[in-house]
Amino acid sequence: MEQLRTIGRELAMGSQGGWGQSKEFLDLVKSIGEARSKAEEDRIIARELEHLKRRLADPDVPRRKMKELLLRLVYAEMLGHDASFGHIHAVKMTHDESLPLKRTGYLAVALFLDERHDLVILVVNTIQKDLRSDNYLVVCAALTAACRLIGEEAIPAVLPQVVELLAHPKEAVRKKAVMALHRFYQRSPSSVSHLISNFRKRLCDNDPGVMGATLCPLYDLVLEEPNSYKDLVVSFVNILKQVAERRLPTSYDYHQMPAPFIQIKLLKILAVLGSGDKQASGHMYTVLGDIFRKGDTASNIGNAILYECICCISSIFPNPKMLEAAAETTSKFLKSDSHNLKYMGIDALGRLIKINPDIAEEHQLAVIDCLEDPDDTLKRKTFELLYKMTKSTNVEVIVDRMIEYMINITDHHYKTEIASRCVELAEQFAPSNQWFIQTMNKVFEHAGDLVNIRVAHNLMRLIAEGFGEEDEGADSQLRSSAVWKVSRLSFVLQFQLYCSILYVDSYLRIVGEPKLPSLFLQIICWVLGEYGTADGKYSASYIIGKLCDVAEAHLTDDTVKAYAISAILKIFAFEIALGRKIDMLPECQTLVDELSASHSTDLQQRAYELQALLGLDKHAVGSVMPADASCEDIEIDRNLSFLNNYVQQALENGAAPYIPESERSGVISVGSYRSQEQQETSAHTLRFEAYEMPKPSLALATSQTSMPTPTVDLVPVPQPGYYKEDHQTSRSQASGDALSGEFGVKLRLDGVQKKWGRPTYSSSTPSSSASSQQATNGGSHSDGGGSTTSSQTRESSYGSKRQQGTEVSAEKQRLAASLFGSAAAKADRKAQTSRKTAKESSSVEKVTVTNVAPQPVKEQVIPAAAPPDLLDLGDEPVSSRTPSADPFSQLEGLLGPASATPVTSETSATSISKAPDLMAIFSDDVPTGATSGSTDPILGDVNSMSSHKGATSVSAKKGPSLQDALQKDATARQVGVTPTGNNPNLFKDLLG
Amino acid sequence: MIQAVMVISTQAKPRLLKFYNFQPPEKHQDLVRSVFQLLSARPDSVSNFVEVDSIFGPGTKMVYKHLATLYFVFVFDSSENELAMLDLVQVFVETLDRCFKNVCELDIVFNFNKSHAMRLDDNSLEGEGPRTLVNHIKQDCRSSSRVTWSPTFRSCVSSCYDDSDVLLTSHSCLAPINLMQMHTILDEMILGGQVIETSSEEIMKSVEEIARLEKQSSTTSLIPKSISERFSR
Repeated sequence: MEQLRTIGRELAMGSQGGWGQSKEFLDLVKSIGEARSKAEEDRIIARELEHLKRRLADPDVPRRKMKELLLRLVYAEMLGHDASFGHIHAVKMTHDESLPLKRTGYLAVALFLDERHDLVILVVNTIQKDLRSDNYLVVCAALTAACRLIGEEAIPAVLPQVVELLAHPKEAVRKKAVMALHRFYQRSPSSVSHLISNFRKRLCDNDPGVMGATLCPLYDLVLEEPNSYKDLVVSFVNILKQVAERRLPTSYDYHQMPAPFIQIKLLKILAVLGSGDKQASGHMYTVLGDIFRKGDTASNIGNAILYECICCISSIFPNPKMLEAAAETTSKFLKSDSHNLKYMGIDALGRLIKINPDIAEEHQLAVIDCLEDPDDTLKRKTFELLYKMTKSTNVEVIVDRMIEYMINITDHHYKTEIASRCVELAEQFAPSNQWFIQTMNKVFEHAGDLVNIRVAHNLMRLIAEGFGEEDEGADSQLRSSAVWKVSRLSFVLQFQLYCSILYVDSYLRIVGEPKLPSLFLQIICWVLGEYGTADGKYSASYIIGKLCDVAEAHLTDDTVKAYAISAILKIFAFEIALGRKIDMLPECQTLVDELSASHSTDLQQRAYELQALLGLDKHAVGSVMPADASCEDIEIDRNLSFLNNYVQQALENGAAPYIPESERSGVISVGSYRSQEQQETSAHTLRFEAYEMPKPSLALATSQTSMPTPTVDLVPVPQPGYYKEDHQTSRSQASGDALSGEFGVKLRLDGVQKKWGRPTYSSSTPSSSASSQQATNGGSHSDGGGSTTSSQTRESSYGSKRQQGTEVSAEKQRLAASLFGSAAAKADRKAQTSRKTAKESSSVEKVTVTNVAPQPVKEQVIPAAAPPDLLDLGDEPVSSRTPSADPFSQLEGLLGPASATPVTSETSATSISKAPDLMAIFSDDVPTGATSGSTDPILGDVNSMSSHKGATSVSAKKGPSLQDALQKDATARQVGVTPTGNNPNLFKDLLG
Repeated sequence: MIQAVMVISTQAKPRLLKFYNFQPPEKHQDLVRSVFQLLSARPDSVSNFVEVDSIFGPGTKMVYKHLATLYFVFVFDSSENELAMLDLVQVFVETLDRCFKNVCELDIVFNFNKSHAMRLDDNSLEGEGPRTLVNHIKQDCRSSSRVTWSPTFRSCVSSCYDDSDVLLTSHSCLAPINLMQMHTILDEMILGGQVIETSSEEIMKSVEEIARLEKQSSTTSLIPKSISERFSR
C-alpha cells in the first residue's frame, strides 16, 4: 500500500509538468538567495554537498529523485564548489533509458567534464550507441554532448554515425550533425578533411536552418584557404539575394528582417572571398547595393546587417559607389545617439580609412566626441582608430592623448597594450628627437614595468648611437653628429632632472613603494653611467652619490642595483682614464662592500670588478673601459679558441674533459651579465629608416643617400663643389651667430666626438674648425643654458595645456584640426613629394634648393588648415604643429636663451638677409623666418606668410632671373608638378 | 564563435554559466568575478560592448544586457557581429520569458520594458497604490514561487520596479529552479559555440516538444520500471 502511494506521488509529480522540483530544492535556492554573506552561502552549500554525497551513493534513491540531485550538484558547482564526487553519477545517468534522465545526465556531463577528463572514455561508448537511437531527442542530446566531449582521439569512433546523421529526416538533427562535424574540424582538421565535401552538399539542404548552420563551418574553411572556395561565390551571392528578397519562410524573420543571422554569416564569407579579387567582388556589388537600399536603420538587427555590409565592402575589391554608400551609413552610425552604433561607426570608419583616408575628415568632431565619451569601450575603440590613422602630422597629438589616457587607467592589460602602441608610434613617426625622448620618458615613468624590456634596450642603444644616423649621408655626417650630440646632452640633463626628483623622493619616502618603475631606473642608471660626467656639469662624485642613493632605495631590485653599480664602475673608469683622481665616497664604499657580500653572484662579480678596476692604472682602465664605447661591437669568441692551447695542455696533464652544460645537472652557471647585455642590445635592431620621415616617403628612404631634413639645415654643410671660397667666411659667420649656444655645448664633448660618430667620420672640414672657434667664445654661458631652456619649453607646454581646459569647443576643433586637418595633411603630402623631387634634384644639382623649397609650401597651407577663430588661442594651434612642420624651433629651444626668443632670431634673420651671400639666405633665412612666425603669438600665421614673402622679396634683390626661377619652382610644387631633376633653365638660373 | 554565456545577478552571483571552450571549474568563479567587476564599473546608458582580452584572451568581446537585477552576458570572438549578438541576448531573454509561466525575476524584468508605458489607472486595481502591490508580491514570493499573476498585476509590479525589495525577494525564485530548462533553451540556440537558431518561436516549439516527449517517456517508462523494481524486492 505504501509503495503504491509512492508511485502515485511520483506520477503526480511527473504530471506536474516535467520541470517539477521538490520542496527541498526550493528551500535550498531560497536560503542561498537570502544568504547575507558569502560565508553563510558557503556553509549552506557545504551542508548541501554533504547531503548530496550521501544521497547519490544511496542505491535506494528513486531515479526521478536522482535527476534532481544531479541538478542540485550542477547548481553547487556553478556556485564554485567542488562537486567532483558526483561526476561519476552523471556519467552513469547518461546510460539511463529514460529520456529526461539521459538528457540530464548528458547536460551534467557536458558541464562537468572536458575532452581530456578520464571519465570521458565511459561516455564515448554511450554517445556512440545513442547516435543510432530511434528517438531523435536522444540523438540530439548525444550530438550536443559530442560537440563538447569528443576529443581528437575519439573522433573516429563517432564520425561514421555523425556523417550518417547528415541525412537524417529531422532537420534539427541534420543541423546538429553539421555543427558536430564543424566542431570535429575545429579540434582536428585532418580527421574530417575527407568529409569537407559534405559541407558543400549541405549548403543545398532543403531546410534553410540547416543551410544556415552549414555556413558556420564554411566560414572557417574559407578563412583557411579562400582560393579553393571561389567557385561558391556565385552560390553565396544567390543565397544572399534570395534571403534579402524574403524568399525564406517568414518563421526565419526576426524583427521584420529576413533571416538576419544568415545574412550576416554570408556577408562575412563574401568579405573573405572577395578580398583582393576583382572578379569575385564584381558578383557582389549588386546584392550589396540592394541590401544597402533596403537597410533598416531603425532596428538593431538592421544596423547589424548594414555594419556587416560595410565590413564586406571595405574588404572586397573597392568600388567607388559602394564605398560612398558605406561612408554614408558610417556617418549615420556616428551621428546616432546610441553608444552601440557609435562604436560600430568608429569600427567601420577604421575599416574604411584603410581604403580612403579622407573619409575620416568629415567625422572629425564625432570622433573627438567619442574620445571624450565616458564610455570606456568607445574610448578604446577610438584610440584604436587613431592608432590606425596616425601620420607624422598628428602623431604628437595622438600619442599625447594616449599617454594621458594611459596614466589614468588601472587595467594592466590595456595599459601594457597602449604603452606599446605609444612606443611603436613614437618610434615610427617621431618628428623630433626631443619629442621622442620626452615621450619615451613619460611612457617609462608611468608604465615602465609594463613595457617590454626590449624597448628599454632599444632606447639605450638609440642614445648611444644617435638617432637616425644611418639615414644621413656621409656628407652630412658632421652636422648630424653635432645635432645628435645636442639631443643626447638634453637627454642626459633630463635624466639628471629625474634623478634629482628621485633624490628628493628618496628622502620623502623612506619606506614605501618606489615611484619610478624599475625599467626606467635602469635606463637612468645606464645613461648616468655612460654620459653623466660627459658634459662636465656634474662632478663624478655627485653622480656617484646619486647612483648610490638609487641602489640603496631599491634594496630588493637586483637588476637596478646591478645597473647602478655598473654605472658607478663606468664613471670611475672614465675619471681614471682622464687622469683625474677620484675619492671613494663612504656610501659608495658601503655599497660596494654590501654588494660584494650579496647573495646574487652577478652583483658580487660587479662589485669585485669595480674594486679591481680601482687598482688599475690609467692605460689599463682606458682599454678595459673605453669612454663612450657602448655602441661599439664587441666580438665574442664563443668557442673561446684562445684557450685552446691551455685546454690542450690541461688535457695532456690528465684533466677531465669538459662536459657541456646541457649534459650536467645542478651546476650553476655564472654568466657574465655584461656580455649578455651586449648581445641583447646588438641583437635587437631598430627601424632606423622610419625616423624623421613621414609615412608616404618611406619607400623612398631606401633610395636616398642623403636626407636633408629641415633640422640639419642649421648646421652648415660642406658642399665644396658648389660654394665659392669667398662665400665660406660669411656663411660660417652667419651660422655661427645662431649657433653659438649649441657649439658652446659641443665644446665639452669634443673629446668623445669621434666615438659617437661613425668610423668614417672626419672632422677636418673648414666649417667645423670655424665653429669650434666660435665655440670657445660662446662656451662660457652654455653650461646652464641647455637645462633651463628645456625646462622652459616644458613649462610653457604645461601652461598651454591649462589654457586648453578653459576653451572646450575651440579646443575640440583645434584637436580635430591637428588630428585630421585635411589641408595640412595634403600640404604635408605635397611637401613630401616636393621634398622627394628636391632630393632627386639635389643629387644632381644643389642642396640649397631642397632646403628652401618645402618650406614655403608648408607655411602657406598650414594656416588654411586651422579654422580662423583659432587665432585667438595664441600660439597654441601653431606650436602644436610646429615641431612636425619645423623641427628647427625645437632645436632652437636647445640652443640656449640667446636664440630662443623670436626677436633675436628675426634680427639675425634680417642681418643675414642683408649679407651679400646668396647661399646664406637659402640655408638660414627661410627657416628662421618661419620659426619667428610660429612662435610669435600675436602675429600668428599672418606673420609667417609675410616673413615668407619677405624671404622671397629679399631674394628679389638678388636679381630677377633668380626670383623667376624660385617662383617657377614653388608654383610647380604647389600644383603638384614635379620638376624633373634635369630642368636646365631652373638650375642655370639658380647657379647664375 | 561564442565562447561563453553567463547570467550574473547584480550581487555577483552566477545564475547560469555555460562555456563553449572548456574552462576548469575552479576558474569559473574568477571569470564571474572579473566579468562582474567590469560590468558593475560601467555607467548606465553606455554601449553594451566591452572588449575582454584580459579575461578571455585576445580578440574577445562581450555583449551584455543589464535587466533590473540581472546581467545577461555573451562572450564571443571576432567572427561574430556585436549587434547581432546583442539581438541574440534579446532572443534568449524573450525565450526565457515565454518559457517560464511562473513568476520570477525574469518575468518582472522582461515585462518591465513592455509594460512600463501602461498606465496604472486603466487597470482593474484602481485605488490600490503600488505600495500595497509590492506587499502582495512579497507575500506571494515568500509563500511560493509559483504564483500566476494577471497581466495587469504584472504591469503594476513593473511600474513600481524601483522598489528593489521586490526584486531582491523574487531573486531567490529565479534561475536555479529552471536550470535544466535554461540549459535546454541555450542548447537549442547555440551549439558548440555557433548560433543555430535565432527565432524564439522555433526554440519554444522544440523546447515544448522536448517537454512533451519527456513526459511521455517518463510516464511510460517510469511506471513499469518502478513497479517491477518494487515488486521484485
